[in-house]
Amino acid sequence: MNLTTCLMLSAALFAIGAFGLVTRRNLIAALMSLELMVIAALINFIAFARFGVHSAGHPESGSVFALFAVAVTAAEMALALAIVIAVHRQRKHLDVRELDGLHG
Amino acid sequence: MAEAIGNGGVLGLMGMIGYGILALPFLSFLVNGLWLGRKSAKASAWTATLLMAMTLILAVFLALYYRGQVLMHPDAHPDRSLMLWDHSWMSFALEPGTVLAAKFGFLLDPISMMMVLVISFISFLVNLYSIGYMKDDKGAGRFFPLLAFFSFTMLGLVVSSNLAQTFFFWELVGAASYLLIGFWYAKPSAVAASKKAFVLTRLADAFFLMGLLVTGIVAGGFDFARLNGPEAADSLNHTVGGGIFACNLLTLGTLGIYLGAWGKSAMFPFHVWLPDAMEGPTPVSSLIHSATMVVAGVYLTARLFPLFSAAEHTLRVVEFTGAFTAVFAAAIACAQTDLKRILAFSTLSQLGLMMFALGTGGEAYTASMFHIFTHAFFKCLLFLSAGVVIHAVHGNDVRDAGGLRKLLPRTYWSTLIAVLAIAGIFPFAGFFSKEEILHAAFASGRYGAFLAGLATSALTAFYMSRYFFLVFHGKRRGHAALATAPGAGASHDGRGQAESDSSGPGPIHEGFLMTLPIVILAVPSALAGWLGKDFFRAQMRLWPLDSMGEGAAGLSHGIHVAGGASGAEWLPIVATLLAVSGMAVSWYWYGMKNRGPGFPGRIAPAWYRVLANKFYVDEAYLFLAKRVAGRWIARPADWIERHIVNGAFDWVTGALRGIAFLQSLFHNGQIQVYIFVALTGLVVLALTAGLGF
Repeated sequence: MNLTTCLMLSAALFAIGAFGLVTRRNLIAALMSLELMVIAALINFIAFARFGVHSAGHPESGSVFALFAVAVTAAEMALALAIVIAVHRQRKHLDVRELDGLHG
Repeated sequence: MAEAIGNGGVLGLMGMIGYGILALPFLSFLVNGLWLGRKSAKASAWTATLLMAMTLILAVFLALYYRGQVLMHPDAHPDRSLMLWDHSWMSFALEPGTVLAAKFGFLLDPISMMMVLVISFISFLVNLYSIGYMKDDKGAGRFFPLLAFFSFTMLGLVVSSNLAQTFFFWELVGAASYLLIGFWYAKPSAVAASKKAFVLTRLADAFFLMGLLVTGIVAGGFDFARLNGPEAADSLNHTVGGGIFACNLLTLGTLGIYLGAWGKSAMFPFHVWLPDAMEGPTPVSSLIHSATMVVAGVYLTARLFPLFSAAEHTLRVVEFTGAFTAVFAAAIACAQTDLKRILAFSTLSQLGLMMFALGTGGEAYTASMFHIFTHAFFKCLLFLSAGVVIHAVHGNDVRDAGGLRKLLPRTYWSTLIAVLAIAGIFPFAGFFSKEEILHAAFASGRYGAFLAGLATSALTAFYMSRYFFLVFHGKRRGHAALATAPGAGASHDGRGQAESDSSGPGPIHEGFLMTLPIVILAVPSALAGWLGKDFFRAQMRLWPLDSMGEGAAGLSHGIHVAGGASGAEWLPIVATLLAVSGMAVSWYWYGMKNRGPGFPGRIAPAWYRVLANKFYVDEAYLFLAKRVAGRWIARPADWIERHIVNGAFDWVTGALRGIAFLQSLFHNGQIQVYIFVALTGLVVLALTAGLGF
């Protein structure tokens, strides 16, 4: 296990997340894809902290960032799920293609 | 030391008065224009008059201080000028060391002090007169703020410390006169006249701007002190370009500036706007013709006179245009039948006199300023009395007037004084100033201009007394004859336009507020020349040139001993004889024989027709505008505009519209499309960064 494999894993997770975010019609599935993308970024943090040249001696700094970000993401998700529930109450569905209110 | 402090205090006080003189009319404009004029026309009229009276009082105080501080201490102020304040509000660094600054200042010297007094005095009287004149006009609330604005712009112009400020106020004067000439905007002829005045003076102002820039940039500043100094003329006096494009910058600059004055003072061929400008209310005409607007051109030429004196060619142009316009307009005035048109051409002719006096150079400066001074009074009086006559007979045509002597006695006597003054009869005001001009022209050896001046005096005496006899003597003519019964009922509508026969005859009376200014003006019309001549000779001189020495002292004594050293003791006698004979002819035809306005047409119909049609200059303009400029310039330009310029724009807008359509496809509200676009953009960015573009 080295930096390259970690980055490849992260890139794969990011690509899957991005693909899901763009293609999934269900709002909750899209949010899960979004979460995958965030996780991909966090893996990069930890990988660089563990294997990177500049962080030698402080491998825990990356983990701290990651833990911090996970906490923030959790809060963010709580908010997002609240919005999802509100949307569902109003629209009775969660189809992203139908939610085109941004159309001016 | 105490005296210095005292002086500083007095100077500070004078500076405050200077602010007040400009601020009061502007305040009147703001208060009446934004608020009071809509509420009550009457209150606005009295407020404007009151503020103008305060301006006049301030001007008188300033004149007293100026006399005490400057004229009494010629050693401390060799050029008799005093800068009250001079603020720089915009400056451009041309090259290291030189700064071209736009300033706003208050320069007092004999001519600006004289103009401030004249403008505030005339404006005050015109305001007072307008209270009566505009009483029944629906637009009166709009009239007084504009009148105040007009006075403000002209005051700002005459006290300018530099050419840039002059230009600024010059344009404002033009704008104010545009608004006032077109005051009755529902009347097509008034709209056309205001447009004509605006376009023609603007055409001339374009040249003024060019001349101003050439002069200011080469001389390194716009201040009059700099421009009138000897260095400015020296630094300008070199030739640029080659072949047929070679031109002297001094001639070019001064000629450009003079072209502005040419248009504003309505010298031939720019004169066509002035006779039409009488479409405005009569008080406006009287302001335009006496104190504001048209004298601005003469004033500007006088203001830059030292610079102009260095430019020989420009002086010749000034002299020629002035002399030609003087005779030309005087001849036309002899055959007009519109009251105000006769007076308008008379103004043109008098402006020509002032202008050619400046063009003859040297000492005629005094004469020209003196004539501005006296002319302001009697010309204002003539217009105001014409307004009374128009109110009385409901028309501008001398054919509708006649025999008003008994009905308008105060107007009659005042007008008589003004007519004698403008005709140059001793001892009325015009006699002295016209003598000065003729003396100066004779002494400087410009005999062509001198003869033109003599011819103008004879013609002036003729047409002014023709006007006078036709209006006040003889029998009533036209439908106005019905109006003799006092209290006939219908009130006048307050408009100076020629009324159709349907308008009912009104009672003939002289309103107190309208006759008061006329009677007041009769005093300076009679006495200004007699009382003013010594003062003008002593003070209204080119002080900077005098202080430089170079023989100017000798010049200044040559002419100014009236009829003394110039060898022209016979001149006043000849001029008076000419004037008297002009009046005699006119009295014989129109007063005694009562032959009616169109009389000489029966003797020399062709000549009369040419004069009555004003030498067909308007028609020439129309021909030039429609047949020449319209066909050969405007039409091709229109084609290019439609097909090439607009075509190119259509292509560009079409392309932009296509791009916008493509972009709009992505803005469909689908959040996933947005994310896709953003991610694609991210990938493209990352790729370009990674590949090192």
